Order: sequence, then C-alpha cells, then structure tokens
Amino acid sequence: MNYNDFLKMIPEASLVAILIILFVSDFVTAKKESRKWFNPLACVLLFINTILCLTITSSENAFEGMYVTTSSVNIMKAILSMGTFIVVLQSRVWAEKSGKEGEFYMLIVSTLLGMFAMMSAGNFLMFFLGLEMASVPLACAVAFDKHSKNSAEGAAKFILTATFSSGVMLYGISFLYGACGTLYFEDIAANINANPLTIAGLVFFFSGLGFKISLVPFHFWTADTYQGAPTTVTGYLSIISKGAAAFTLLSILFHVFSSMVEYWHVMMMIVIVLSITIANLFAIRQNELKRFMAFSSISQAGYIMLSAIGNDWTNSVSSLSYYVLIYIVANMAVFTIISVVEQNNNGKTEIDDYNGFYKTNPKLSFLMTIAMFSLGGIPPFAGMFSKFFVFMAGVNGADINTKMGVWAYAVVFIALINTVVSLYYYLKIVKAMYIKHSDAPLPTFKSDNNTKFALAICTSGIILFGVCSYIYEWIAAAA
Amino acid sequence: MIPVEYFFILSGLLFFIGVFGFITRRNLIAMLISVELILNSVDINFAAFNRMLFPNGYEGMFFTLFSIGVSAAESAVALAIIINVYRHFNSDQVNSIENMKL
Repeated sequence: MNYNDFLKMIPEASLVAILIILFVSDFVTAKKESRKWFNPLACVLLFINTILCLTITSSENAFEGMYVTTSSVNIMKAILSMGTFIVVLQSRVWAEKSGKEGEFYMLIVSTLLGMFAMMSAGNFLMFFLGLEMASVPLACAVAFDKHSKNSAEGAAKFILTATFSSGVMLYGISFLYGACGTLYFEDIAANINANPLTIAGLVFFFSGLGFKISLVPFHFWTADTYQGAPTTVTGYLSIISKGAAAFTLLSILFHVFSSMVEYWHVMMMIVIVLSITIANLFAIRQNELKRFMAFSSISQAGYIMLSAIGNDWTNSVSSLSYYVLIYIVANMAVFTIISVVEQNNNGKTEIDDYNGFYKTNPKLSFLMTIAMFSLGGIPPFAGMFSKFFVFMAGVNGADINTKMGVWAYAVVFIALINTVVSLYYYLKIVKAMYIKHSDAPLPTFKSDNNTKFALAICTSGIILFGVCSYIYEWIAAAA
Repeated sequence: MIPVEYFFILSGLLFFIGVFGFITRRNLIAMLISVELILNSVDINFAAFNRMLFPNGYEGMFFTLFSIGVSAAESAVALAIIINVYRHFNSDQVNSIENMKL
C-alpha cells in the first residue's frame, strides 16, 4: 500500500480533522457558559472545508481504484459541504438549548464523511461502508431529541428501513459479484452483460438506494421520520443525504450499468413518474408543515432523478448537481423558518399556525414565499432554472422516432404537468401567510444573528444562483 | 463438492424468510432479527461465490467480514433506538408506536 494515497483524500482528511477538533474541544469545555464559541467554531471549520473542496480540481485514483474522484465529485462535495455549513449555521439556538451541541455537530460531520466516501467510491465495498457510515449516525441524529415521542418513533422507522434497504442492496451487490467476479466498478462495467442474474442485481441494488433517496415505492418511512426528527435534522436529511445518494445512484448507473442502459431507463422512468405524481397528491392533503415538506421532498427527488433518464453523462451530472445546489438553498430557507417558528410556537408546526403570519412577521413570510416559489419553479427564482436544466438533461439524446425517446418525452411532460400541481400546494402555504385571517396570529419575533445569516445566504442563493448563468456553466465545465 | 446452486437456493430462502418476517412481524426486535437474516443470506452468497466461482481472490470473503462488522454496528444503534421507543411507548409493537398520523 502506498501511504501517499492518503494525501489524495483531502476532503475526507479535512472532515476527519474537523471531527477530531470538535471532539477535543467538546471534551475540554465541560462548562455550559464557555460553549458560546462552539457553534462558530463548527461553522468556521465547515466553511474552510467548503473552500478546500472548491480548490481541488484534480481527478485522483487512490488505493488501486478503491477511491476515485473526478471534478464532478469534487463539485458535489463542495455543494454538500456548503449545505452542511448552512445547516450547522442555523442550528445554533436549537443545539444550545439541547445542551448536547458537541454530539450533534460530530454526528452531522461524520455522516458527511460517510457521504463523501460513498460518492468517491470506486468499489462496492467502499461504497457500502460509506453508505453505512452515513446512515448509522443519521439515525442517531434523528433520535437526537431523547425526550420526544415523535423523535423516537421516527428514528425507529428510519433505522429499521435503513438496515432493511441496505440488506436488500447488499443482496443485489452479491448477485453482481456472482456474475462478474469482482467488486470494482470499472471491472464490473467491463464484464457485465444483461442476463437475469445481473438484472435482478440491478433491481435489488436500485431498491436499496431508492430507500435512501425516498423514491416512491420505497418512501414509507419518509413522512414519519421527517416529522419526528428535530427540524434541523429534517433539513439535513432532505437535502444532504438525498443529494449524496442521488449523485451516487446516477454515477453508478452511468458507470457500472452502462451496458444495461435500456433496463434502468425503463425502471427510472416508472419510478420517477410514480414519485412525482403520488408525492404531489399526498402533499396536497397534509396539514403538518414538516410532513408536507417530506412529501414535497419525495416529489423533488423524482425531479432530481429525471436527470438519470438522459443519455449524456456530462449533461446529467451537471444538471443534477445544479438541482441539488438550488434545492439546498430553497429547502434550507424553508426549514430555517420552520425552525424559528417552532421555537416561538411551543414546538408546533401546523400549517394553520401560519395564518396571518404576514401581519406579524412580514420579512420572514416574504422569505418563505420566495423559497416556496423557488421550490415550485416560478420563473425569476432559481428553482425554475434548475427544473429547466433537469428537464433538458432528461430528454437529452432522446430520439422521438424510437420508443424509448417517446417515453422520455412523455415522462418529462408528466413532470411538467406535475409542476403545476405542486404550485397549488406550495402556494397554499403562501395563502395561509398572506390571505387567511387568524384571531391569534404568531407573535412578532426577532431571530438571532445566525438564523439571519443563514437566511441571507439562502435567499441570495435563491435569487442569484438562477440568474447568474456563470454558476451552471462552471458546474457543467467541470463535469 | 456441493454445487454452488445449493448455496444460492439456501441464501435465497434465507433472504425471502427475512423479507417476509420484516413485513409480517409486528415486533421491533423480531423485525431486527429478520433484517439480520437478510444480511446473513448476503454473507452466504458472498462466501459461496468467492469459494466456488472465483477462488483466486478474497474479495467476497472480505466483503462478508465487513458486512458482519457493519451489521453489528447497525443493530447496536437500532437496539438503542428501540430501547428509547420502549421507554416512551411502553411497548415494542409496531401498532402501538403510531403517535404521528395523517
């Protein structure tokens, strides 16, 4: 083994360093008063990590192909690192109130480490270890609120489905091993051909990752877990965990199963249509905002995976990364506001609580409106551009004269119609805030500086990331 | 020597017993045991494939070892969470832990 290979894993090494720094500083400051600097420390460290990820542009291949990075992986790492930075930034009040902020930041950083390892895996063993490293601490984070019934229930559902899905996924990987005799992505791609064994392997493997992305036939845990988890963790689950898993699924489909493309195209099309449509229908009838956001995130997962039905890797991966970037800022804006309101409303997150929100908190409701518009895809905001690029990637290379090409166009068209449906329920929140009258609206409250800063980042992202074409071009150039 | 198909049938049986148990059992611990069955079937698959089909390397064996280790870590966390659930609900039945509903 060549020890110099460790030097190629800079993002992972930096996350390990962050973990150690956080652990030691948690250890040496036992007193509660001296912990004021703990959140700023974590924020600064994650910010440095983001910058570090941005500076790495080289493609590396370490440990005989176990660990592979390309520039698109590096960009995705930077995006996820930025998302984690926002999550940690806005979590300050909640984390300090829980009294266990050290553990929370360590759990979050270790899941991020697992996701980084998963994204840059070049072998199914490495991929599996990264996936588990991401999902086990995440279960602890969901169960973080030890005194809440909902948190315990959500965590139980999460960990059971996570272990079940990873078991199913491993069964699929064992089929692939049996068919190809190797676990390296490159060697599998060279040896694989479509036969019943590999198709079964593909389906099992896909259902395992489908659980993590919460696509529709595998989405049953999502609503309960999202509702039960602490709001900050819900935000983290819905953006970072989902984005990393979606990126990995896309890259494995394109790089490992490249010779079985007609099989997984059909599979993805069915799953995408189901995810978007069913999640939209369920989201309409939700009264609980976090549950509502859970169904919204299932439908957004369908949109993210639209990029997988395209034929061009560069186009697909850049549109997926861009979509995840926009989704991170829009969703984090929503979850930051939910978190602020929850803290001032005795932990309640019903949609009806937002009635008359505009009268008492005009600024927050304005930001919420922008975020909802972006999630729904209304033009001046970034969400519209991300949806546009994903649709474009979905029909990329689709030939209208062939059956598959027609289906690709049909799927994108169904997704387009569903955008209109989704506008209805996103605007329901806006209607509650601006139009509906309430006898006892929420009191006017001032948020702390961290929340303000996080909201400022998210809002400027929503407004600027779409208009500045430079960002998409930068992602596309690197992919 | 025992043909590889026999191992395949055994692991397939174990896998579907696990899936069936996971879906039908209403007890959290029993569900966890069913998941362990699934993981064991995976281990059998990897070990048998490695020994019978690809005896030149040890990839499958290594995967089995890692999978055993990881599943132990997973069930430790799952048990801790189930204990927490039991403290809140005084029950480990799935039907009784439905605090959140539509």
